[in-house]
Formats: sequence, structure tokens, C-alpha cells
Amino acid sequence: MGLPPFQTFLDAQRETVFRYLVAMIGPDDAEDVFQETFISALRAYPRLRPDSNLRAWVLTIANRKAIDAIRARKRRALPVADVPEAAVRDGRREDHDAWGAARGLPASQREALLYRFAADLPYSDVAAALGTSEQAARQRVSEGIRRLRKAWNE
Amino acid sequence: MSEIEKALALDLPPDASREVAGRLAARAAEEGLLDVAYTVADSPVGPLFLARTGRGLVELGFEGQKELDLYLDRLAAKLSPRVLEAPARLDPVRRELDEYFEGRRLDFDVPLDWSLTRGFTQRVLRATANVPYGQVSTYRQMAAKAGNERAVRAAGNALGANPIPIVVPCHRILRTGGSLGGYGGGPERKEFLLKLEGALE
Repeated sequence: MGLPPFQTFLDAQRETVFRYLVAMIGPDDAEDVFQETFISALRAYPRLRPDSNLRAWVLTIANRKAIDAIRARKRRALPVADVPEAAVRDGRREDHDAWGAARGLPASQREALLYRFAADLPYSDVAAALGTSEQAARQRVSEGIRRLRKAWNE
Repeated sequence: MSEIEKALALDLPPDASREVAGRLAARAAEEGLLDVAYTVADSPVGPLFLARTGRGLVELGFEGQKELDLYLDRLAAKLSPRVLEAPARLDPVRRELDEYFEGRRLDFDVPLDWSLTRGFTQRVLRATANVPYGQVSTYRQMAAKAGNERAVRAAGNALGANPIPIVVPCHRILRTGGSLGGYGGGPERKEFLLKLEGALE
């Protein structure tokens, strides 16, 4: 069995990728980065091994594209502050901006939270996307939650 | 679920990515990454699967909705996995089909991509493409035009495997003696098309 038609792959993964991006960089930039992600995926697609974990693969691309977008945003020095400390402060004030607060976490923990709660993936997929064991994925998520709760309550 | 976990759950409408995903095909085409564009179009003979490459119309399939996955899987395997739904890219084909079904078009002008066929099959189908609107021919004649008058059964198989029916009018090919013969889309559709063209009472 070869690769699924790209449309089938897109339909299966688009919601996960979009939610991941909204949490990671906010709704304003998520649409552009979504396009960048899937165009990049489409470019590489025919060379992909058919037994690849497609979800983990596309989330890795989304992560890279989101980081590029965040860097570009910083270079443009838009008034939208993206400094982690400020985000944590915001997080304490506005209780629905948990993702703003999550930006203050170490990257590996924030990644794990994004996969688990924004993309809504089961731990097996979180582990695949992180390239770790399922147990390590669970640990990162619970450590991330613990730190976030601490920042939240301070 | 803890308070933190609740706060981390995103509040997005269901299927929030549908629109942004729908815009992908246009961008893919701009970047030269859309190898196969497809859509499903309504017609008097039911939903038609339509697919094109950069060269032209490559497949037209009956039962386009029901058999969609089958058509997509096959194109991904045979041509390229870069297959995307892109209705606008099929607009010219759809327009010509509409005109054909309204009796206002006798010939299709859209370019064809023959890459799903080869050899004798392709020669039979290319000969079939030249049978004019409203006229009929026979399997034997198509076999002869393809270079082997005795390969009548092979010509029948070639027509049965026609990836672009209607536009490559295999419905105009009948058995010697005048009985309708088979049709990939079923005999009722063959009859419908021949009646539409006035070739059958």
C-alpha cells in the first residue's frame, strides 16, 4: 500500500495541525502558517516512506514553520510582545490565556502540552510527534501542567 | 480535568480548518505542486468524478461520490500522490459537459491526458475519440483502426477500460450487428447517451 492521496492525508490531519498552530502562535498567524506547513508537506510528500507516521511528520513541519513565523514576527518587532515572562504575567491575569502562559515553559514541555491539549492527540501520538516513549511523553505533560499551575497561582 | 487542562482546551468551532484547507489547492497550483486536481460534478447520469493533470483531463468516472476513494487511491498510485480537490481547475471540463448534456455541444475541446492507457488500448481509444457525435461504429472497426482487425475482444476490453468515457465516446461503439454491447458505466447509461445524441430511438 502506497501513500494515501494528499487530499485524504490533508482531511485526516488538518484539524489537528490547525488547532496545534492556533495554540502555538495564535489565531491571527495560524492560517498562513497552516498553508506554509501543508505546502512544505506537499513538496516533500512523494519522497515520504509509505509507512511513516504521517501525523507526527506533519506536526514536526508545523512546529518548524511556527518557530520560523515567531522569529519573523520578532524581527518585524510588531507591538505584540512575545516575551515569555510577559506571557506568564498575562496568563495570571486572564484566565483563558493559558497558552500565553505556556509560552514561558521549557520548549519540550510546551510541545508536549500542545500535542496533548491543543491538537487533542492521544499519548501514543504525542510520543510519536515528540520522538519519545509514551511514558516520557506523559511525564513531560504532567511536568508542564505542574509548572503551569505554579505560575498560574503565583 | 483540572482547571489548567480546561484552560488549555482550545475553544474553536468544529471543523475550524475547513476553509483554510480549501484554499490550499490554489496555492499548490501556483507553486507547481498540484499534480492531479479533481472534483465531483453532478450530471444527468449521476455524480461524475473528474480529474486532470497539467496536460489535460485524465479520468472521468461514474458514481463519482460512491467510488471517490477508489478513484483517488488509484490515481495516487498510478500518477502521483499529489492529488487535491480543486473544483475550479475542472471548471472548463464541467462547462463542456453541461453543454454536451444540454445538446449544445457536439465535440469536446478540453485537452486530454492519455497517460492512464498505453499500447493497443490507447490506439483503440484514440480511434474512438474520432467517431463523431450521433454516429456509431463497431468493436471490429476500432480493432482495425488500432492495427489488428482480429483483436475484436481486445478492442472491447480496451473500451471497457476507457478512463475518460463520454469525452472519449466509447458509448458510440456497438457490437457488429447493432446490439448495444457492454459499457463501463452500465448499459442504461450507454442507452441514455446514444438517445441524447439521437443515435438511438
